[in-house]
Amino acid sequence: MSRGLGDSRPATTGRHGIPAVPARAAMLALVLVAASVLLLLAGLAAGSDGLSFAWADEWTLLREIRAPRSIGAWLAGALLGFAGAVAQGLFRNPLADPYLLGSAAGAGLGVVLVLAAGTTAGASIGLASAGALLQLGLVGAAFLGALVGVALTLLLARGAARPMSLLLCGVVVGVLLTALSDLVMLVSPDAMRGKQIFLLGTTGFLGWNSTLVLGGVLLLVLPLALQVSRALDALVLGEASAASLGVPLPQVRLLLVTTMALATGAAVAQAGMIAFVGLVAPHLVRRCVTVAHGPLLALSALAGGVLLLAGDIAARTLVAPQELPVGVLTAVLGGIYLLVLLRRRQA
Amino acid sequence: MTGPAAPLLEASGVGVALGGRRVLDDVSLALHAGQWTAIVGPNGAGKSTLLSVLAGLCKPDRGQVLAGGDRLDALPARERARRIAWLAQQGEADGDLAVRDIVGLGRLPHQGLFGAPGADDHRAVDLALEATGATAFAARRLGELSGGERQRVLLARVLAVQAPVVLLDEPTTHLDAPHQRAVLCCINGLVRQQVAVAAVLHDLTLALAADRVVVMDRGRVCAIGTPGDPALHAAIAAVFEQAVSIERIESSGGLRWVAVPTP
Repeated sequence: MSRGLGDSRPATTGRHGIPAVPARAAMLALVLVAASVLLLLAGLAAGSDGLSFAWADEWTLLREIRAPRSIGAWLAGALLGFAGAVAQGLFRNPLADPYLLGSAAGAGLGVVLVLAAGTTAGASIGLASAGALLQLGLVGAAFLGALVGVALTLLLARGAARPMSLLLCGVVVGVLLTALSDLVMLVSPDAMRGKQIFLLGTTGFLGWNSTLVLGGVLLLVLPLALQVSRALDALVLGEASAASLGVPLPQVRLLLVTTMALATGAAVAQAGMIAFVGLVAPHLVRRCVTVAHGPLLALSALAGGVLLLAGDIAARTLVAPQELPVGVLTAVLGGIYLLVLLRRRQA
Repeated sequence: MTGPAAPLLEASGVGVALGGRRVLDDVSLALHAGQWTAIVGPNGAGKSTLLSVLAGLCKPDRGQVLAGGDRLDALPARERARRIAWLAQQGEADGDLAVRDIVGLGRLPHQGLFGAPGADDHRAVDLALEATGATAFAARRLGELSGGERQRVLLARVLAVQAPVVLLDEPTTHLDAPHQRAVLCCINGLVRQQVAVAAVLHDLTLALAADRVVVMDRGRVCAIGTPGDPALHAAIAAVFEQAVSIERIESSGGLRWVAVPTP
């Protein structure tokens, strides 16, 4: 420490203008955008026969299936990456993931209820044979279920003021809603297969409607969360220090939990349980750059989009003409990545 | 003839109970501009709770706190944050934020959540980084720093607020002797700028460099006095169960008081 505050000499080492770290973040953003564009092109080319660029011959296929599926996969990944970054900042835990607050279990229960109702009415229950109306009902039920799961967690925790209480209540709600799902499946065993297919994590059912929903939710939640991202920065100092800086923590937390629930709910409802993207995307960004939470949220969304779209293309082409559920692929790759990360930290 | 200036922050008859136990009982303390107050006492004496009450982070169930004549609990959070900067005990802060961004958080009360940093904010951050010797690692992550470096960054964050009242909870934790001395220089710099400083300190010799010392025990203020006050020395010895005595040292730097362990 060279001098006290009383010294009025001007600072000579201050940084004004564009600092070095955000420049690296901008570079990463450019790389991720470029990767997204390239992957979208690859997504348009990826079919059951491998990669095909004879797009004029396959125009209908491209327009009706591959384009919405690829864009939808990118958007679902972006929502999960964003929600993961919010969860990790909000709970000050780098292992927090977007499904913590009961959204996944809520979505599962919603799906099971609709499937069971379909069975009772004598309707077809398998997704492959489900009509458009029933499919819309499943997606809607999953979205509603995810939101109800988070709302229950908030209710039990009496708001979002105490993060530990919120986490514990999230676990309790998850267990309760999963148990309810199991109970419904006992009564209506056919619902089990439908639920498994729906929540396995697949981008195969994404159409233009899904893409519109996912895009709309991303356009809503990302700007909202960016507005209060400095509260996440302040939380790095701890709860009390953030409060001492005048940050209205209960209100900010409620807003962030809501954006997280909307993002996760939309992603689960449209693409099922995609594992690890929400957990890994913010990690990858933090490995590349040192940034505040504002850029981190946006970069995590970009990274999530790239990850899931890449996973989707791999799922479509690895065992073509068969297709892997992308959720299984991301779970395997994400698990390996986390194990490597853990080993490196231990070393 | 003018009377003494009104205190910038004043607690009157403050009491706090936590978990059925009274951790603060009828505590009154006034902090004046340009005065450094050290708060000492054994573990569990209520020092940190008192600092939290003074910072408006813990609501007392008895008494009140006034900031510049205004009730602290009635002030909007941002206004309170502009008037009072608070340094927590080390341990909670962690993460991947860059040092400069951490220090920049000290400008949040001025900018608000939605504001962007301006030239004044950049200058305040630069000054705070330089005052704490943290400029050299401004681009590094908080999580990569040593305990001492981290403490200097957190102190810089407090200085960046440029508040008229600064409350420090164990600011010298994890610091080696040169950096402890530098913290004292920082505090003296603040005092010269007419800032009211209150610091909880475990190092009694550092505390005896303050303008006045508050001795606490079991949630109560036992004594308030200048470092040379014999009654204060007796109170310190009493609350620390006669484990220390206060000795006078005259050196080229002038008269000083030091705490010495008793045999």
